[in-house]
Parts: sequence; structure tokens; C-alpha cells
Amino acid sequence: MNELTDFIVPIVILGVIAIGIIAHTDIFDAFTEGAAEGIKTTIDILPALIILITCINMFKASGCLDILTNIVSPITSIFGFPDECVPLIFVRPLSGSGALSMFDGIISEYGADSIVGRVASTMMGSSETTFYTVAVYFGAVKIKNSRYAIPAALTGDMIGWIASALAVRLIMP
Amino acid sequence: MKYVIFFMCAASFVASSLTGRINELSNAALTGCKEAVTLSITLCGAIAFWSGIMNIANRSGVVSFLSKIMFRPLSLLFPGIKKNGKAMQYIVLNFISNLLGLGNASTPLGINAMRELKEEENCDKTASRNMIMLVVMNTASIQFFPSTIVALRASHAASNAADIVPCVWIVSLCSLSISIISVILFGKFTARRNKSNE
Repeated sequence: MNELTDFIVPIVILGVIAIGIIAHTDIFDAFTEGAAEGIKTTIDILPALIILITCINMFKASGCLDILTNIVSPITSIFGFPDECVPLIFVRPLSGSGALSMFDGIISEYGADSIVGRVASTMMGSSETTFYTVAVYFGAVKIKNSRYAIPAALTGDMIGWIASALAVRLIMP
Repeated sequence: MKYVIFFMCAASFVASSLTGRINELSNAALTGCKEAVTLSITLCGAIAFWSGIMNIANRSGVVSFLSKIMFRPLSLLFPGIKKNGKAMQYIVLNFISNLLGLGNASTPLGINAMRELKEEENCDKTASRNMIMLVVMNTASIQFFPSTIVALRASHAASNAADIVPCVWIVSLCSLSISIISVILFGKFTARRNKSNE
């Protein structure tokens, strides 16, 4: 498994460039256009990151996060879900940049190759900012009553959190 | 969002005054901004690089190719929509952009799809089942290559930053199917309840 995943990054890059050559795309121009947009995205999220990281830091330093984790961890630990990842459960559906900064904190504290770091990575990679998405999509077309959208989306998220812990423990060496 | 921020600050203030950690709280508040800038600089290169790569895929017709493949399976999830209508086209494009991680493209496409669905299904203020399906599918991540996460792992000295990708695929699939099944079940349940009310 480990040897196979070593290939993912180079294969994706080479594959895309090869497709570009076959399709006669101006790959240099296409790349720089996309990269410029990517840099804009990074700058766009910076203001949100500044306030959210400040808030999360305060929340952590005050001990609130520990209290919250202690409340939920008896339930999550049944599924082998690491306590250190519990805060992500709350932040991930609410704020993308908030979750990203929290994730950064988790992997710098526990290491990217630890179980905690891997579960957090899997959670981040397999989920979206649920509440934000629901608000943006329905808000844009002026739908007031979203009916069962939130319950259905959160059911999917919850199964995802449990599956992240199980997948990492079962698949990763 | 504003309530979340207020709640977090207020709760931190109360808790740290009670436990005497007010000094730590001030320090945490003052270092947050620096961390935010460091994080964006760490991510800037990787986000730009992968956006560039995905833009090559986009311009080379990968999106339209994948759309053709995904059209039939996706249209099964949205019963009662015109097969060749604009709504269905936008839904497929939205799905494929999500798959390729073209974040900037997928949201406008999804909103266009919502607008077309609203018109086609004559909704006013209440969401239709198909609209809910589209939104819920967007709340589950289906990104083929989670580039931001892999980049952050690499910056924190992971032995193999991409080794979590198979796990991400399995979990994404799991959570997407549960989301879809929930919408179908909720839809059936509410439809039956409406019928019995009549």
C-alpha cells in the first residue's frame, strides 16, 4: 500500500500534463492562469483565517476546548476516535478556514504520521463546510425552508467521522 | 458565523477568568494573527500549484469528458428533471468540478443549478427534494485529490504526505452514500406523511 501511494502525486501531475499535451492545450498558459487564481484564493481566505485562528487560540488557551472534548469523548472513544480530533468535529462543519488552522495545529503537535494526525487528515479530506454550503446554496436562490437538508448532511458527516477513525486504524500500518 | 465568534470569545473570557488563565488568553489572542499569515504562506504555493494543474485538466476537456460518463448515474439521483435541461447540465458540471477540486468553479455552477431547479420545479420558499439532494451532495466532499491537506502534511514532515489518500477515498464514498441514502429516506418519509395528512 505504501509503495503504491508514493506514486499518487507524480502520477496525477504527469497524467494531467500528458492529457494537456494530447489535447493540444497551452499547458504553460493554463497552469499560470490557474495558479494566479490559487494565489488569489489564498489571499481571499487570509482575513478570515486571522480572526478564526485568534478565536480558536483563545478557546484553546482558556481551557474551553478541553471541557468540550471531555463531554463528547466518552461517546466518540467507543469508535476508536482519538480525543485530540474531537474539536474538529465541531469546527469542520462551521468554518473551512477555522478547521484548516485547527488541523494545522493538530499535525504540528502530534505529527503527520501519528494516528491522530492521520485521522485528522482523513476527516479534513473527506468532509466539507456543511453549514456554510447549505447557507450559501439556499441563500443564493432565496429558499427559506431547507427541510431535511441539514439532518441528512450531518448524518453523512457523522458517519464520515466514525469511518475516518476506522479506516485509518484498519488500513494504515 | 458572528454568533460563533462571539460565543467563542465570550466563553474563553469567562472560563479563563474563572481558572486564572487570563494571561495565557491574552498571549493566545496576540499570536493568532501571526499564525494565520504563516499558514497562508505555507499553503499559498501548494494551492497555486494544484489550481494550475487542475486548470490544465479543465482546459484539456477533462471536465466535459467526465460529464459524459457521470451523466446517467447522476440523473438517476434526480428524478423528475428534464434529461436535457439546463438544471441537469449544471448539476453534472458542479459534481465534476467538485471531483477535480475546482473550488472556484463548483460553487457558481451549483448555484446556477439551484436557480434552474427552482424554476423547473416551481419552488417558492421551500426546498424541493432535488434541491436538497444537490446541496447535500455538495456538503459531502468528493474531491479526488485532497491537495491542501496533502500539502500541509508535507510541510509538517510526513514520511509520505499522500498516504492518507486511499483512506480519504473510502471515507468520502462512505459519507457521500450515507448522505444520499438519508436524502432518499427523508424524502420517502416526508412524502408519505404528506399523503396521510391529505
